[in-house]
Amino acid sequence: MKTIKLASVSALSIAAASVAGSAQADDLTLCWAAWDPANALVELSKEFESQSGHNMSFEFIPWPNFADRMLNELNSGGKLCDLLIGDSQWIGGGAENGHYVKLNDFFDAEGIAMSDFADATVYAYSTWPKGTPNYYALPAMGDANGWFYRKDWFGRDDIKAAFKAETGRDLAEPKSQKELLEIAQFFQEREIDGKTVYGASIFTERGSEGITMGVTSALYPWGFKYENTPGSYDMDGAVNSPEAVEALEFYKEFYETATPPGYTNSYMGESLDAFKSGQVAMAMNWFAFFPGLYADPATGGDKIDFFVNPPQNQAGSTLGGQGISVVAYSEKQDAALEYIKWFAQPEVQAKWWSLGGYSAHNSVLNDPGFVDSAPFAGDFLEAMGSVQDFWQEPAYAELLLAMQKRLHDYVVADQGTAQEALDKLVEDWTEVFEDEGKL
Amino acid sequence: MSDSPASRAAAATPPSVARKIRGLSDRAIAWIFVAPTIFLLLAINIFPLIWTINLSFTNFKANSPNREVVNVGFRNYQRILTDSDIWLNMQATAHFLFWTIFFQVIIGFTLAYLINKKFKGNDLWTTIIVLPMMLSPAVVGNFWKFLYQPQIGLFNYIIAFFTGKDPSSFEMLGSVSLAPWSIVIVDTWMWTPFVMLICLAGLRSIPDYIYEAAEVDRASKLRQFFTITIPMVLPFLMLAVLFRGIENFKMFDLVVQLTGGGPGSTTELTSINLKREAFEKWRTGYASAYAIILFVTVFGLASIYVKALNKVKER
Amino acid sequence: MSSFSVTEPSRRAKWFAGTLVILYALITMVPLAWIMLTGFKSPSDAISYPPKVFFEPTLEGYVNLFTTRTRQTPEFLAANPPENWYEEIVREYDMVIVGPSKFGERFLNSVIIGFGSTFLSIFLGTLSAYAFSRFKIPLADDLLFFILSTRMMPPIAVAIPIFLMYRQLGLSDTHLGMILLYTGVNISLAVWLLKGFIDEIPLEYEEAALIDGYTRFQAFYKVVLPQAATGIASTAIFCLIFAWNEYAFAVLLTSGTAQTAPPFIPTIIGVGGLDWPAVAAGATIFLLPVMIFTILLRKHLLRGITFGAVRK
Repeated sequence: MKTIKLASVSALSIAAASVAGSAQADDLTLCWAAWDPANALVELSKEFESQSGHNMSFEFIPWPNFADRMLNELNSGGKLCDLLIGDSQWIGGGAENGHYVKLNDFFDAEGIAMSDFADATVYAYSTWPKGTPNYYALPAMGDANGWFYRKDWFGRDDIKAAFKAETGRDLAEPKSQKELLEIAQFFQEREIDGKTVYGASIFTERGSEGITMGVTSALYPWGFKYENTPGSYDMDGAVNSPEAVEALEFYKEFYETATPPGYTNSYMGESLDAFKSGQVAMAMNWFAFFPGLYADPATGGDKIDFFVNPPQNQAGSTLGGQGISVVAYSEKQDAALEYIKWFAQPEVQAKWWSLGGYSAHNSVLNDPGFVDSAPFAGDFLEAMGSVQDFWQEPAYAELLLAMQKRLHDYVVADQGTAQEALDKLVEDWTEVFEDEGKL
Repeated sequence: MSDSPASRAAAATPPSVARKIRGLSDRAIAWIFVAPTIFLLLAINIFPLIWTINLSFTNFKANSPNREVVNVGFRNYQRILTDSDIWLNMQATAHFLFWTIFFQVIIGFTLAYLINKKFKGNDLWTTIIVLPMMLSPAVVGNFWKFLYQPQIGLFNYIIAFFTGKDPSSFEMLGSVSLAPWSIVIVDTWMWTPFVMLICLAGLRSIPDYIYEAAEVDRASKLRQFFTITIPMVLPFLMLAVLFRGIENFKMFDLVVQLTGGGPGSTTELTSINLKREAFEKWRTGYASAYAIILFVTVFGLASIYVKALNKVKER
Repeated sequence: MSSFSVTEPSRRAKWFAGTLVILYALITMVPLAWIMLTGFKSPSDAISYPPKVFFEPTLEGYVNLFTTRTRQTPEFLAANPPENWYEEIVREYDMVIVGPSKFGERFLNSVIIGFGSTFLSIFLGTLSAYAFSRFKIPLADDLLFFILSTRMMPPIAVAIPIFLMYRQLGLSDTHLGMILLYTGVNISLAVWLLKGFIDEIPLEYEEAALIDGYTRFQAFYKVVLPQAATGIASTAIFCLIFAWNEYAFAVLLTSGTAQTAPPFIPTIIGVGGLDWPAVAAGATIFLLPVMIFTILLRKHLLRGITFGAVRK
């Protein structure tokens, strides 16, 4: 098997060499999650293929398996991916364990300035240790968790009147988390056009990161902090603060009183399905899906509108999004760097946004026409102004799995109290950092 | 013992022929034939097992090659055995193990008993019943997830049809009380035929003359069932339980596709938990200790069980 | 048997037993039938409430299974009319086919790894089974029990050191690595089953051959092998089915190059959420060969699933 494979590889490279006249033409594989923006990237990359002569292949993995598959791939030293658009939380491990190529020298040589990209995205997607000028990725896709709703239902007089009668307020985009819940509860099990509809679909998925991303969307507005002092790993009193407990109890109440039945293990796909099938009035999801939702013939267009995750004690949105990195095990790093150089150009970034990718380039975001270029563009800028991310430590997977378990046990499986769940989480995390030698 | 096939063959071989064969002695042939298998087992089974034992005493993490590996003695073992969450996983596994075996034995034996009535076409229907157990558990689990969907799933709809309940009023995979049973249902659907086949072999091994003798003694049919059928089938049934027990102790693919261990950790069987520790958290040393504990448990239980099985056989 | 045998069940008992067994068989077939039906539904029919038993069949699921599609602008669609029936199907969703999906590759991987490991298991297994059956091997019983006990280890536990070993040797995500691994797991089954089959071949055949001047080796492949052919064939099918259905190792040790179908099928996605008809189509194509094998194998089934512990 091995020899056959080797033979075919060399045959391929000979063929490639004779076609291109030099060994320059490479077959690059880019790995990312399988979702709408990935299709846009395929479209965008055609330009790169024709300019460079390199051939692009793509490996898109569904979100529920994405982290699992890709981290396994990196940890096994796999050569499948030359370029990887990896989740923001992977950067610590990617840098410390040598999975990602450090890009500083390359950026300097090619004149790519990180100051050309939005500060929040550079901080979140590119740097390790956090905030230092050590870059392991170029911001590829800005993202945050936001909300969308049935604008047509919100605009109907009978529904507006009923809402006013029930709550004494006018039905409009919520200005706080508690208003959000009130609206969702209002729609829960309401008859609309002869069909029972529900409040909102929220994230409750157990297997990867779903419920953590959902709950943090409540935690951050309540003022949740990971540590008492940043960098100290001193979590008792921060992670399980009274505000955090209140936020977690809020999320559980939301789950129990304002979501459709059967959504016990739902993430991006289920949230979209619930909305598109007309089951829910509102839904949370990543901005990345908003262009597709707006274009949807059934529930898009003038039937949909978007809002930023509402504040409570403060503004706060859960960060999504990814940077693009070169995998250290790749044998085609030069060609992969060429791709990043091409991708960083302002014109390419502008096209990226027009195709449905969330560029993080200042020339795109600061363009006077940006806010009006899409109904969610302004919301996106607002959300990115107050984003927070999960731990990006090399041990991020351990930290995340602990949180997934504690949250799902409490919110969905209804075990213990919010205080107990967060206390146990502090214990779990303390143990992880002790094992890491950081405590 | 001395009458081994080889010696018998040798004795029957005329001296002139024997000289020719002796070119390659039996012993040499035996080793040449066995060596590749032994080598493969050493490489794929033994060596990894020893490596796992070694790793289980360290804090090694497969995703952090630059981290110093320290010998931590029995700390991993101690942590696992005192972790209350892991005991909950063990309980979930025990629940799954007990009830799947319980239902499979009851239904499997009944089916075998009925099939043994030798009605017309019993061969064909046996083959049909056997089909589920030959399928890929991961693919089956994935599809049962679809059948279990509230509202759109066939399972909820059928239950609703017969009970008059609202099909969206219960969630087989999402509710804490139902999820442990939904995995039992699928495993029973898939593996009852296994128990059935073995019981059938047991039933068919009972010679007719025993029943005929009992008939002469005017033993009632019920009495015959309890004094002849059950004891004669018991060794077979115990063998079926052994196989199902080992398999379900290792259960991963079917359940991971169905529930992923949820809701919360209610269906997180030990294998699923082990996978999280080893390949998601990458605590390799810790997971190795976990693996050894599981291996020793299943090996120990199986050995005790096999002893009991042999006793039953001897009777 | 005489028609007056006391052990022969009465006609009523037979009728009663037959009815119950057939009823069970029909119920047990419902989920399988539902998988196959869903493969011929449109995505909206597949998730309709209440579930549809009667629907207009379409090959959409199969088309989606084998192709990658993207959404296109109305102008593009108007300018490029569909050229064939499968283009027409995806046009209903304003999409065009841009290439084959990965299903073909994954299926082919299943075939390569399945047959590769089966061949190797049978080849090595037959040799050792013959040796164990015919020669005195020191500690043979212990060795045989040990071979069996390796199957007691949870696959995830085995996967930990294999992962590390393969990473060192560069065998991660390769066909060769998976073939060796599946052979290592299957060989215990192969040796046990084949030893049983070879034990049943009367020694006299070989003795006669040896007297006729055959060498031991000639006797093995000219006399024993043909006699064991049925046993070898059914053992082979059992090995193949294991490798075909295996999930845990495949999901942990393969990714883009050597991934087999079982970890792939559950991740087939459509536009938002799982594409159930395509998943069902993939499952149907994947399960059919095993169903056919099961029917072919039915006489040796019991022996295979019990490691030869139960022969009849």
